[in-house]
This record gives sequence, structure tokens and C-alpha cells, in this order.
Amino acid sequence: MLELASLGKEFPRRGGPVKALEGVDLSVPDGQFVCVVGASGSGKSTLLSLVAGLARPTTGEVRLDGVPVTGPGPDRGLVFQQGAVYPWRTVERNVAFGLELLPLPRAERERRVAWYLAETGLTALRHALPKQLSGGQRQRVAIARALACEPEVLLLDEPFGALDVQTKEDMQLLIRRVWQDTGTTVLMVTHDVEEAVFLGQRVVVLASDPGRVAADLPVNLPAERELSVKRLPDFLAMRAQVEDLVRTYHRRHQEKQPV
Amino acid sequence: MSERVGAAASGLGRPAVDAGRRGEPPPSAPHERADQPAEAAAVAGPAPPRSLPRRRPVRATGRLWGIRTPVPRGARWTLMALSVTVPLVGWQVLSIVIDGRPDYLPGPVDAVSAGVEMARSGQLLTDAWATVARVLQGFGLAVLVSVPLGILMGSFPAGQALLEPLVGLLRYLPASAFIPLLIIWLGLGEPSKVALLFLAAFFFNTLMTADAVRQVPLSLVDVSYTLGARRGEVLRKVIVPYALPGMIDSIRVNAAASWSFVVVAELIASESGLGYRIVRAQRFNQIDRIFAVLVVIALIGLTIDLLLRLTRDRVGRWV
Repeated sequence: MLELASLGKEFPRRGGPVKALEGVDLSVPDGQFVCVVGASGSGKSTLLSLVAGLARPTTGEVRLDGVPVTGPGPDRGLVFQQGAVYPWRTVERNVAFGLELLPLPRAERERRVAWYLAETGLTALRHALPKQLSGGQRQRVAIARALACEPEVLLLDEPFGALDVQTKEDMQLLIRRVWQDTGTTVLMVTHDVEEAVFLGQRVVVLASDPGRVAADLPVNLPAERELSVKRLPDFLAMRAQVEDLVRTYHRRHQEKQPV
Repeated sequence: MSERVGAAASGLGRPAVDAGRRGEPPPSAPHERADQPAEAAAVAGPAPPRSLPRRRPVRATGRLWGIRTPVPRGARWTLMALSVTVPLVGWQVLSIVIDGRPDYLPGPVDAVSAGVEMARSGQLLTDAWATVARVLQGFGLAVLVSVPLGILMGSFPAGQALLEPLVGLLRYLPASAFIPLLIIWLGLGEPSKVALLFLAAFFFNTLMTADAVRQVPLSLVDVSYTLGARRGEVLRKVIVPYALPGMIDSIRVNAAASWSFVVVAELIASESGLGYRIVRAQRFNQIDRIFAVLVVIALIGLTIDLLLRLTRDRVGRWV
């Protein structure tokens, strides 16, 4: 169980601190797929870096299975928008990075790497360098690398934001399948409402200035999601509902911006 | 909708401009304006201005001197050959023309034959090795100390705050200005030359290594922590491998500087080395020998550069 308890984060600025997040309460049961959507200024990425332990909250805390998070660790795998793969390592050595830090026999490590390469469809590319990969392939490397550490929670920070539409859909199907196969909890941040509704079991909408939970909506769609789900009336209705919410907060945020 | 009207109105939409030139209104504008009359009217006045003169299209490719345009192979080789032969021929011609004083300007042929003579006696090899050995010691020591310090400065803002003011100041003191001090303190022997080479490379290589280290994306460091890496592991397994090609580049640049400083040091005071050989030849007015030594200095410098460049390309295959 991942819990965010009255989580707040301020950044010092000239002319007073800026509140990025305020009073965020959220709990994610084990194995759930939760998507967080919000307009710019809603503190989505801040939220994720607090859960990852890469930043310290100003108020409140993040707890994983009841234990407060004090720093980053392999129990909370993170995937950035731009992959952040190691450019000098081959695909398989990228996936092996976290395992190389553990006292694992070589054969065991290779067996695990092979499994995650197969799971993410990278087996044929295992000897390739990142510069030879497409954006989607690089994201798959980042996902496989995070999953190889067997995280309790997989944190995805706009992971498909830089991909073209077709690749994005492939990756959406892939992450759903990987989630079902591994049973890991997924907390994904995105600005793409369609993506959030398609992927999540739950969609959390953040309001801006400061970021806080505006709505927490269950997604009532079939567990087996083909792309055709995106045409179901239920899907379209939910998408419209979330879009309206996000748009409202986006407008308010824009109006507050100094011109 | 209103965005498109805005673009056309500000003259950015090329089709609309063309349509306007033919005396027709932009195809989609009227009914869009009817949709949102207030917004469209607010964007610009009644009609966009349309009277810009058109320049003749530029020929950007298919010419020898196109900006950042690849040159055909044959042309490339010709240019590279010209780059060497023209100065060489010019030198030979000049040496023949300026023949007033004997041996005032020996040509390349004279220089090579003087060099061959010096090589035969074994003198050239001894001198070249003496010079190379000094660089290996002085510059090698500078690299050994500056690389760890550069990594410290580039990785830790605390390290930067601690070292940058000092190193940043000291690098503006020219190493050659230390020569008198070094001679007073260390004498005329090897230590003063090694120390000079150390000073000449140390500060720059520290700062340039730190710069190479700062190129490591923060996301790569962050993601490594989430994969379970500790601070030391992030340094060894992420920062160093990422920055290695950049560090070798820095070494390459500073090796060139060291190579010229060693000759300066030898010109001033020494009993061996290529610089010393130049001073000796000057004393006996053997200008052809000076040229021979200059050619050797250039060739060794080129070799050092080439070796470091090959190393860098091998290490940085992933770039």
C-alpha cells in the first residue's frame, strides 16, 4: 500500500515560497494502476519525485507499506519522459544495471534480464546501443530496467509524452500487459487524459496553484483493454468528464500567470 | 478555429497569402469569422497587409562552398592534399628566392637531409625521448591529480564552491611566469621542468574535467538512485563512464599545450631535449637543423593528438 498523507511541497523563490503541492492525500492499494492527470502547474512531476524520494516534502509524508519514504530506492522504480537510459550500455546491460548492484549469481542475473527483455519485446535488440534505438524502444528499456529490480511501485512520469501517436498506443498496450503480468502497483503521471482513462483503474485529477487532489474517479471499463475501448460510450463519457475538469484548472492557472 | 484565423491574419499562413494575391479572400476565413466575430476582429485589423517582395530562392546544396554541406570525396582529398603541398612548395620556392645569405632560409629538402643526418647519429632520438619523457612525467602527474579533482568539482556543488574560486583564479597566471620561481626553488634540473608542465596543464584540465562531468544529465543520476545505486556507485558506474569521452577530449587539448610548454622550458635551460637542440643549432647558425627539429616537434605532437583521438573514438563509440 502506497500512502501520501497531507503531502505538501514548497519551493523557495524570490518574493516568497511557491507552493507546488498542498495537502495531497492519496492511497494506492497494492497492484492498482492509478493515473494522475493535471494541467501544467499542478505539481504532477513534483508529486512523483516525492514518492520516488528524490525530493523531500515540506509537509506530510509518503509511506510505502507503512514505512515512511526517506530517499530513493529500488522498491519504487521510476521512468522519465526521456528514458534516461545509459547511452554507453547496451540494452541488456541497461536492464541489468540494478541487478549488478546486488549479490546475484551471474546466471541468475542473466535469466532475469532475459525475462524482462522478452516481456518488453527487446530480446532481438539486446546488444544494441541506445543511440540505435527509437524513442519507443528506449522507453521500453527504461521500463524493463525499472521492473527488473522488482519494485513494489512503478512510477511513470509522462513516459509516452515524447512519442508519436502510433508508438504511444503500442506502449499503452505494452504497459497494461506488463502491469498484468508482474502485478506491480503503477502510479503514472500524464497530461494526456485519453491515456489516463485508457490505462488507469483510477484517475486522480490534480488542481493547480497549489497542486491538490480535485477529483478521484474510478474507471469502469473492462479489465482487458483493447484499443477499441477508446470508442466505447463509457470511455468517451469518462474522458469528457476528466477533460472538462482539467481544462477548468488549466484556465484558472493561465489567468493567474503574470503576462 | 480561432487559432487558424489568427495565423492567417498575421501573414504566417502561406496559402492564405497566395489566395489574397490573386485577389480572392482567404478560403476559410469568412465563415470562421462569422463563427467568432469578436475574437477574429480582436486579432488584427480588417485585412492582413500583403505586399512583401519575394527574394529569389537560394541554392543551398550542390555547391562546393555550401554551409555545412558535404563535399564530394574527390574534392575533399584534393583540398586536403593542397593544404599540405601548397605551403611545402611555397617554402621550397621561398628558400630558393631568398638566397642572398647562405643558409638564411633552408628549404624542406635541406631540413629533411639535416634531420636524417641527426637521426643517423642517434642524437635526434635521444633528444626526442628526453622531451617526451618530461611530458609523460609533468603532464601525466597533472592528469593524475586534476581528473579526480575535476570529478569532485563537477559532481558536488560543495566541491565546486570549495575549489572553483582558487582554480579559476590560478589558471589566469601563465605557467611561463612561474619559470623564474621554479628555477630558484627547484634548480635547473628535471624537477623544475616537470613542475612547469604540471602547472601548465593542471588548472585547465581540472576545470575542463569538471565541465565534462557537469554534462551528465541529472535524470541519469536520479534514475540510478531509484535503481538502488549508492553515491559511490553513481560516481563510478554513471558519472565517470558518461564523462569519460569528454575527459579524454580535455586531456587531448591540454596535451597540446604541454607539448609546447616543454619546448619553452628546454629553450630556457636544459642539457637535453628538442628545445635544447634548437638552442645549440642557433649557436652554430645551423638553421637547417632548427627546421629539422621543428618538423620532429610537429610530427610528435601530431602523433600524440592522433593517439588520443583514437582512444577517444574507441571509448566514446556509444556517443
